[in-house]
Amino acid sequence: MIYFDNSSTTKPLQEVAESFQTVSEQYYGNTSSAHQFGLDAEKLLRKSSQQAGQLLGVGEDEIIFTSGGTEGNNLAIKGVALAYQNRGKHVITTAIEHPSVLESVRSLEALGFEVTVLPVGESGVLDVDAVSDALREDTILVSVMHVNNELGTIQPIKAIGQLLKNRAHTFFHVDMVQSFGKIDLSLNDCSVDLATISGHKIHGIKGTGLLFARKGIRLFPLFHGGGQQNDRRSGTENLGGIVSLVKAMRVMTEQKMHHPDHFRNLNHLMRIELESMDHVIINTMNDQADHILNFSIPHFKPEVVLHALEKRNIFVSTKSACASKKEEESPVLKAIGLPRNRTTSSIRVSFSYQNTEGEVELFTRALKKVIQELNKVMG
Amino acid sequence: MKEPIYLDHAATTPMHEEVIDAVSTCMRETFGNPSSIHQYGRQSRRLLDEARRTLANSIHAKEKDVYFTSGGTEADNLAVIGTALANRDKGNHIITSKVEHHAVLHAAEYLETIGFDVTYLPVDENGIVDVSTVASHLRDDTILVSVMMVNNEVGAIQPIREIGQLLNEHQAYFHTDAVQAYGLLPIDVTDLMVDLLTVSAHKINGPKGVGFLYSQPAVSVQPHLFGGSQERLKRPGTEALPLIKGMEKAVSLFKNDLAKEYEAYRTLFLDQLNTLGVKYSINGNLENASPAIVNLSFDGMNVESLLMNFDLEGIAASSGSACTAGSIESSHVLSAMYEQNDERLNSAIRFSFGLANNEGQIKEAAKRIANVISRLQ
Repeated sequence: MIYFDNSSTTKPLQEVAESFQTVSEQYYGNTSSAHQFGLDAEKLLRKSSQQAGQLLGVGEDEIIFTSGGTEGNNLAIKGVALAYQNRGKHVITTAIEHPSVLESVRSLEALGFEVTVLPVGESGVLDVDAVSDALREDTILVSVMHVNNELGTIQPIKAIGQLLKNRAHTFFHVDMVQSFGKIDLSLNDCSVDLATISGHKIHGIKGTGLLFARKGIRLFPLFHGGGQQNDRRSGTENLGGIVSLVKAMRVMTEQKMHHPDHFRNLNHLMRIELESMDHVIINTMNDQADHILNFSIPHFKPEVVLHALEKRNIFVSTKSACASKKEEESPVLKAIGLPRNRTTSSIRVSFSYQNTEGEVELFTRALKKVIQELNKVMG
Repeated sequence: MKEPIYLDHAATTPMHEEVIDAVSTCMRETFGNPSSIHQYGRQSRRLLDEARRTLANSIHAKEKDVYFTSGGTEADNLAVIGTALANRDKGNHIITSKVEHHAVLHAAEYLETIGFDVTYLPVDENGIVDVSTVASHLRDDTILVSVMMVNNEVGAIQPIREIGQLLNEHQAYFHTDAVQAYGLLPIDVTDLMVDLLTVSAHKINGPKGVGFLYSQPAVSVQPHLFGGSQERLKRPGTEALPLIKGMEKAVSLFKNDLAKEYEAYRTLFLDQLNTLGVKYSINGNLENASPAIVNLSFDGMNVESLLMNFDLEGIAASSGSACTAGSIESSHVLSAMYEQNDERLNSAIRFSFGLANNEGQIKEAAKRIANVISRLQ
């Protein structure tokens, strides 16, 4: 089996599964309980916050554990918008954000917020000047993803951070779901105020994630209730999930350190092969995130290609799983101005640290055959 | 050190070993994103549908009316705030009770801050809402009534079916937080005439971080989270399949005689305390309460020192809802049941029974409690 769909979801690591199991067996107390079972659980929660903070270079009190990327993005956006709406009601984001950012931002419009959705142009990379031009006196939030989930483009987070650094009333949120453990991002150097991470994209468990929120930032809570996590996220903490998330973060960080060229090598190899294929056009520009490679095979239905590869035990995706059913065109490819024959025929390959160069070779060989066969069928 | 005895199952329960296995197996074998169109995605989707069916069956509902959430708090918030916001054109009034879980109470208080009119119903000295008070507060512009099925602090069972009947002819939707009832009391959403119902997995020996909201098709609910099109747009986000499979397993382990088993623990516990001459009074009444929860006040004692000493003796009990913990403030539930200066408010401890217990432990617990009480006297 060759699994090249790691941007949709990843297989939990054995260490992650074991962490979950151990915590579930040994630390079942409610972290809010005042007795020993609760105190033990609370201690472990605290340790998890510390470790997550260390891995991100931030403080333990700046970590909020969530149920995943969608909640993290919603909490960052709605949390800031509702807490600071008296300062201003303008929010900036980009046209290629994940739906959990775009839809959250759009939901603010119903509450009287003004939203600027910046285009990204053909490169898929946001122009920092465009952010600068869009900034207003009443802009309270800028939300830009680090790595795009469909295309793999890397956004200029550091430059945007610099731009916003001296604006005390404009917070900067970065959706790091696709980049954590793969592409470096220093939250401090880039002056990021809020950042979202999802567990299941880094070999953790579905239903886990965290939001980094810089100290001092008020967040209007999404959920009201027991006031857990310093009143920012009510609900009994999923301790097993939290410990396993931090474990996944640690393993990813180590992998990155030990195999800094892993994704580059896979990407390079695949690019060379794809470039040599007649019917294939690569959509992801050079020098973007190496773990995501998007290409189109115009005139072929991507689902047909996907299923033909699947018969050969190779798994890729056509576009973001979260957008799979809605429309035919990839909204991201459309946003960078690609013609319809490419926006409707895209295939996304996304790598993990477990993938190998051998798998890339097998994949390209299989893809060539699939294209040949489909060409024959189509006559 | 003495073997710790866990008598706080209403705060959270240990995961059943078969549940841990189910979660682990799912992680190992079925990791696809249910929204992916390839085989890994389809397999995950199949398991997800299967779980949804099991959970729907457990409350006699239809599969498509079950929406997975990250737990009871999220489901309560979605039910209360989501329903209020989506039905504002029909009215501005919401009814709930003074003894709800904070996930409902604080959601209702939030609604007040944005202009909704909320009535918090009183309860009798057993912690029970009288149907006639619901009737008398019901207005033409009432759009939602939220009353829990079993109270988490004293175990009081609320007259859900009667309230459901009362509301049958009224526009108001009826939500019940069934977190403490699920698995112990029979739940049939049609029979109870509830429109929305909250369940949490970690109170039934399932995993933390997962639960569901039942919402019948005619209820419009404004989603709380925005994003992908999962859960028919009511709750976006990649479904937490391993946790959901764990919850499904926990439900498949429900036994008909579970309530009887816990009732036997409760009876044994109180008998032992009586035999050992411990003076206590019961908050609430046992006849109309969850068999898994008993809330006792110990004459002349003080909650903090009781809890501390119980903990030293290895008895894990609670002063009320774990979710108000950190600070030991007097329980909003008991405050609603009693007069302001009632002695019982200062010495109330909740004991709740479950999977972690056996008969021997219950006896041992009573013995240790008797020791603590006599020492403190």
